[in-house]
Amino acid sequence: MDHPTQPLETLHDIRRMMERSSRFISLSGWSGIAAGICALVAAAAARQRIAYYYQAQYGKIYGALTDLKFDLILIALLTFTAAFVLACFFTFLRSKKDGVAIWGQTARRLMWNTLLPLAVGGLLIWRLIEISGYELVAPACLLFYGLALVNGSKYTIGEVRWLGYGEIILGAINLWYPGQSIIFWALGFGVLHILYGFIMWWRNERKTVN
Amino acid sequence: MATNNPISGLNKIFDNRVRLGVMSILMVNEEINFNDLKQMLEVTDGNLATHLQTLEESGFIKVHKGFIGRKTNTTYSITKAGEKAFKDHIDGLEKMIKGVK
Repeated sequence: MDHPTQPLETLHDIRRMMERSSRFISLSGWSGIAAGICALVAAAAARQRIAYYYQAQYGKIYGALTDLKFDLILIALLTFTAAFVLACFFTFLRSKKDGVAIWGQTARRLMWNTLLPLAVGGLLIWRLIEISGYELVAPACLLFYGLALVNGSKYTIGEVRWLGYGEIILGAINLWYPGQSIIFWALGFGVLHILYGFIMWWRNERKTVN
Repeated sequence: MATNNPISGLNKIFDNRVRLGVMSILMVNEEINFNDLKQMLEVTDGNLATHLQTLEESGFIKVHKGFIGRKTNTTYSITKAGEKAFKDHIDGLEKMIKGVK
């Protein structure tokens, strides 16, 4: 009376179904690497722009603070957009290769759970800029981004939370060293992303390439 | 105790791959709609509907009929009985594996 149920296989099937239906697993390591490179380029550009501002201050006064502010915010927005688009692009490629639908319940849940903390952080940063609390802008970026990642990690590859913890730690230290913000920013958004992306690619995607 | 019988707890209803899939998905998702289920299980409308009906008749899942705009949106969730039956089924499978070793 052997039933055709292969118990081990069935359990694997159940596990796979549970994972697949509750987590968005197509997030590609390349997304992290691309986002990190964007951030490093942006940090370099921002540094240049700041240096230019201080240089200009010595001579004639043609570098107004409002211009600097505007340029830095522009750089930040461009970086965010570029990183987001690239991240989506690589994730799209991976989901195609794995044959998983990219836009489903899992993707919606992941989006909501990461975008909510990000939006709240964005609101706070907006207000910080309004009241000239610039020292706290970079730490707030890192802290809220870290929280967003830790929160989102429940709905995607679990290891994302380690990246989140890393961002939170950097952000917390940055609170007391606001003068070094650009270095913390480059470390958190640049180096950590690249490191994370590389490790994820190495562990999850390398095999499927061959 | 019936623990010596490896088949105890195994439920015939879960013998089918589609029904097993539906239950697995509903265990980790509060509720899910028909189209998402169809996509995840890669089955046809008719096939999925039949299996969902079987599960509903057994009292393992609940059906909620709703609307998004004008389109019908039918969502499914697991019942207490369904949860228990599914857990027993998994326990049964585990016992079978241990029994083989």
